[in-house]
Amino acid sequence: MNAEERNYLVLDKIIERYGERPGGLVRVLYKAQELFGYLSPDVQTHVAEKMCLSVGHVHGVATFYAQFVTAPQGKNVVRVCMGTACYVKNAEDILDRFRELLGVETDATTADGRFTLSTTRCIGACSLAPLLTVNEKVHGHLSVEGVARLVELYREDDLDTDEEVSPVERERERERQRPASDQGAAPPPH
Amino acid sequence: MAPPTQVLVCDSTACRSSGGEQLFKVLRGEIKDLGLDVRVVKTGCYGFCGLGPVAVVHPGAVLYCHVDEDGAGEIARTHLRGGRLVQRLLYRSMNGEGRRNFLHEIPFFEKQQRVVLENSGLIDPEDINEYIARDGYFALAEALRSRAGPAGVVDAVLRSGLRGRGGAGFPTGRKWSFAAAQESPEKYIICNADEGDPGAFMDRSILEGNPHAVLEGMLIAGYAVGAREGYVYVRAEYPLAVKRLEIAIRQAQKLGLLGKNILGSGFNFDVDIALGAGAFVCGEETALLRSAMGFRGEPRVRPPYPVEKGLYDKPTIINNVETLANVPVIIRCGPEWYAALGTGGSKGTKIFSLAGQIRNTGLIEVPMGISLADIVYDIGGGPPPGRRIKAVQTGGPSGGAVPAELLDVPVDYESLQAVGTIMGSGGLIVLDDTDCMVDLAKFYMQFAAHESCGACTPCRVGVVHVVDILERITRGEGTMDDLHELGELADDVREASLCGLGQTAANPVLSTMKYFWDEYLAHVKERRCAAGVCKALSH
Ligand SMILES: Cc1cc2nc3c(=O)[nH]c(=O)nc-3n(C[C@H](O)[C@H](O)[C@H](O)COP(=O)(O)O)c2cc1C
Ligand code: SF4
Ligand code: FES
Repeated sequence: MNAEERNYLVLDKIIERYGERPGGLVRVLYKAQELFGYLSPDVQTHVAEKMCLSVGHVHGVATFYAQFVTAPQGKNVVRVCMGTACYVKNAEDILDRFRELLGVETDATTADGRFTLSTTRCIGACSLAPLLTVNEKVHGHLSVEGVARLVELYREDDLDTDEEVSPVERERERERQRPASDQGAAPPPH
Repeated sequence: MAPPTQVLVCDSTACRSSGGEQLFKVLRGEIKDLGLDVRVVKTGCYGFCGLGPVAVVHPGAVLYCHVDEDGAGEIARTHLRGGRLVQRLLYRSMNGEGRRNFLHEIPFFEKQQRVVLENSGLIDPEDINEYIARDGYFALAEALRSRAGPAGVVDAVLRSGLRGRGGAGFPTGRKWSFAAAQESPEKYIICNADEGDPGAFMDRSILEGNPHAVLEGMLIAGYAVGAREGYVYVRAEYPLAVKRLEIAIRQAQKLGLLGKNILGSGFNFDVDIALGAGAFVCGEETALLRSAMGFRGEPRVRPPYPVEKGLYDKPTIINNVETLANVPVIIRCGPEWYAALGTGGSKGTKIFSLAGQIRNTGLIEVPMGISLADIVYDIGGGPPPGRRIKAVQTGGPSGGAVPAELLDVPVDYESLQAVGTIMGSGGLIVLDDTDCMVDLAKFYMQFAAHESCGACTPCRVGVVHVVDILERITRGEGTMDDLHELGELADDVREASLCGLGQTAANPVLSTMKYFWDEYLAHVKERRCAAGVCKALSH
């Protein structure tokens, strides 16, 4: 069983557990995102089928909420807080510096798949403003000068531990292998 | 026998991310290595988030701030073993009054009154026994045993004068009596823990510091109105709060404080969690209901109100986290005691989160009626050195700015409304001479535009239009016509929008136009931004 099949098995367990409950869909989608990195059309369709919902409903929910992403994310997801407390402490300048250093716009991923740059709503640690999260970790009391160091940190970290292929690269690989005329067919085995 | 020595280490989101977890680990390790008989406890927030990570040593209540790894070792060796204070980690007043060794000496706490937060920062939020040891669930038992029955509980909440802390200030007892009057075998209690106001973190701190108080409030509400199920709708950006809630629910279930036949009274009630997923509008109650049922969180027209037609069309009480956390106090100490706190129309205390341009950022609880000036200068320590406070934004995206000249205004529902803002949920953002009020208004309008669910045209289109105008003004391309149009548009959006988001979206603009008209004029007529924030105008 490969990793993807395993993920689907885990997801089905979650659907069994939460699928019947109110708001269950949101929980299921969270879990799916945790497992697969993002909510691809395939994953959304799978959830819809298993929960006896229309694909439109699932898609509607997946795209309504800021926490869900429907495109593959980079290995490190940088989310700069744009809440009021962070904003008045110049969060915008910090976001600008990231754009400059990473060479991407907000809500985009670098070509090497290492970083996705995004923003977040207030995470409730406003005393540390301005702050951001990288993946799960909160970094507070930021300065524009500190941004470069942070990028370095996560870049190096990547070099050491980069064994798993980032979801972005995986998706790109898939796109490359999928013949343009034959969108529906399964990708050829590696 | 001397009291046992304990070290309380704050383990809330803010202190954690500034190194709290590391502090805990090192401290524990050193204490073990040194063979000391000291208990290290993880607690919720004590409010001093800007000084994190913090640790308090008892007996004595010695406060240590910014404790790094070396510091943790020093506390173990010098203080816990050697009996001497670690001078370099003591609180140092930023006003230059020198060091303060003990918690109660610190001016930050002088004007506070911790009623709802009484246990936060003192007990381990992941251990139900610590809550029970501090009279936790006593109010529930009292309510269940009282001969006055559910009606007596509703009456007590009515007499306490408690008003909703989620923003609008609706009397909680009235809401409960409406729900109690509904004839339906199924009713629900929902705790609104979406906390969408950016810059506000009261609800997170309550949930992380003392989740059982909220569960107890829900239980009492359920008993009062005849509900058997409750949900906490909590935003997923608060993973620690979600985790602590899950633990609290499990522990309460295990002790029979949730579930069937609670405390042998025949009352059944259980609580589950519904996760929010990042949409400000989901804090609005009808949107929250849809979201909790697994749909897009889009508001609907009220009436019918949730107390008539809520979750699954059943009567539902939706109360804010802080509102519910007040309930056990009211039952335990009595409505009369509670009603003696605060002012005539605004009873009790209010929790605020202080952020922005202020020396002491963090979480505070004050009696209603205290002035904004007392909060900002005495508790908050005033602006950073060399700066001047310009305004305080209350009520977040639905509220307004109170200019420095008016900071003597008492903090209560009516007085704040009289100066053109609202109590809101309790986020206080302090602004100083480095902030541009036009830019701030633009920030809030961009927020509203981004968060609008788009279901009704005035909000979807109107708000974007306001953003466009503000963008022109901050780029130095604004005209006097633009300024006039701003006011008119704001009125239209307020009148014609379906839900509170649209109806209040323009408040930050109207309030800054009222008090900071000269800044708008300077941007338009002189192409000048005095604060130097609007980049196109700052040379
Ligand atoms: C756009 C919008 C967002 C809101 N967000 C919240 C919120 O995050 N938390 C909250 O408790 N109430 C929020 N409210 C208010 C709730 O709709 C509701 O009035 C409140 O939860 C009632 O509880 P209370 O009576 O205890 O204050 C919001 C209202 C609007 C219009
Ligand atoms: S006022 Fe705005 S947020 Fe509210 S329902 Fe209309 S479009 Fe949606
Ligand atoms: S505004 Fe950034 S964490 Fe609250």
